[in-house]
Amino acid sequence: MKPDAVDRALIAATREGLPLCERPFEAVGARLGISGAEVRQRFARMLEAGIIRRIGVVPNHYRLGYRANGMSVWDVADEAVDRLGSEVGALPFVSHCYRRPRRLPDWPYNLFAMVHGRDRAEVERKVAEIARLLGDAARGHEVLYSRRILKKTGLRARFPEERTRCSA
Amino acid sequence: MDALDRRLVNRLQGGFPLSERPFAEIARELGSDEKTVIARLARLCEEGVLTRFGPLFDAERMGGAVTLCAMEVPEDRFEEVAAIVSGFPEVAHNYERDHRLNMWFVIAVTEPREIPRVIRRIEERTALAVLNLPKEREYFLELRLDA
Repeated sequence: MKPDAVDRALIAATREGLPLCERPFEAVGARLGISGAEVRQRFARMLEAGIIRRIGVVPNHYRLGYRANGMSVWDVADEAVDRLGSEVGALPFVSHCYRRPRRLPDWPYNLFAMVHGRDRAEVERKVAEIARLLGDAARGHEVLYSRRILKKTGLRARFPEERTRCSA
Repeated sequence: MDALDRRLVNRLQGGFPLSERPFAEIARELGSDEKTVIARLARLCEEGVLTRFGPLFDAERMGGAVTLCAMEVPEDRFEEVAAIVSGFPEVAHNYERDHRLNMWFVIAVTEPREIPRVIRRIEERTALAVLNLPKEREYFLELRLDA
C-alpha cells in the first residue's frame, strides 16, 4: 500500500510521538480533522502493510542497564550466509541481523548481528554462542563496541524535525 | 524504576491496543489504572528512560531508503566530524565505536536517490571517505529489552 495524503498527514502529526492522554487517537485526529476511529483504522492498515513497524516505546538501553552494545560482524561464506543469518537472527539476544556487502580490502564482513548486554562479558558470551552456531562457515569476526551515542532519533526517515521525543 | 515501571516498559514494547482508551486497557492488564499509567509513561519519557512513545515508521516501506555508513575519523578531528555528520538531518543515528572505523551512522531518506548525494556531501564537508554498507537482507528486527 502507498500512504495517501491523510496517512502522510497522520505520519507527520505523530513523528514526534503519540500524545499521552486518555484518548490519544482522538487527540491526533482532532488536529487533522478526522475521527479517532479513522486514525485507528489508518494505523491498523499501516501496521499491516509494515509502514509502521509497531506502536510503542523505545527504551534508552543504557538507562535499562544494558551498558554494553556490541555490533558483531562476521565473514560468512556466501553460500551459507542466508541460512545461517536466519538462525543468528532468531537467537533471542540478537536485536538486528543483516547481510551487507563486503568492501574489500577495507571490510571483509558480510553478516552483522547486534548484541546487547549488561556488560562486555555478557556480550562476549553471546558472541561466543553465535561463533558456535556459525562454525567453520565463519572465516573471521570482530565485535565493535559502542563508546558513545552521538545522535539517535526514533524515526527511520528524514523529516524536518530531527529529534523525536515523547510528547506528554 | 519500580515493578510497575518495568512491567509497563516491557508491555509497551509489544502491541499497543488500537482502542479508544488504550491506556485504560494496558492498565487493566497490569492491574493499575489509566491515570497512573499515563503519569508513569510521562515520567519515564521525561527522565529519559524512554526516548520515544508512538508509532515507529519504516522509511523503506514508505518508499524511502536507509543505509549504514562507516568512517575512519582521525582522533584529533573526531568531535568536529561528529558535529558535521550528526548535523545532517538525513543522519538518523550516529555512534562512536571502538574500531579503526570509529564512526557508524545511519542515513534515512524519503527518496532512495538521495543516499549517494548525502554521502557525497558528507565526504565533501569532512574530506573523509564514507564506506556505504546498505543492507542486502534482513534476518530479524525487533529489539526487546527486559526492564
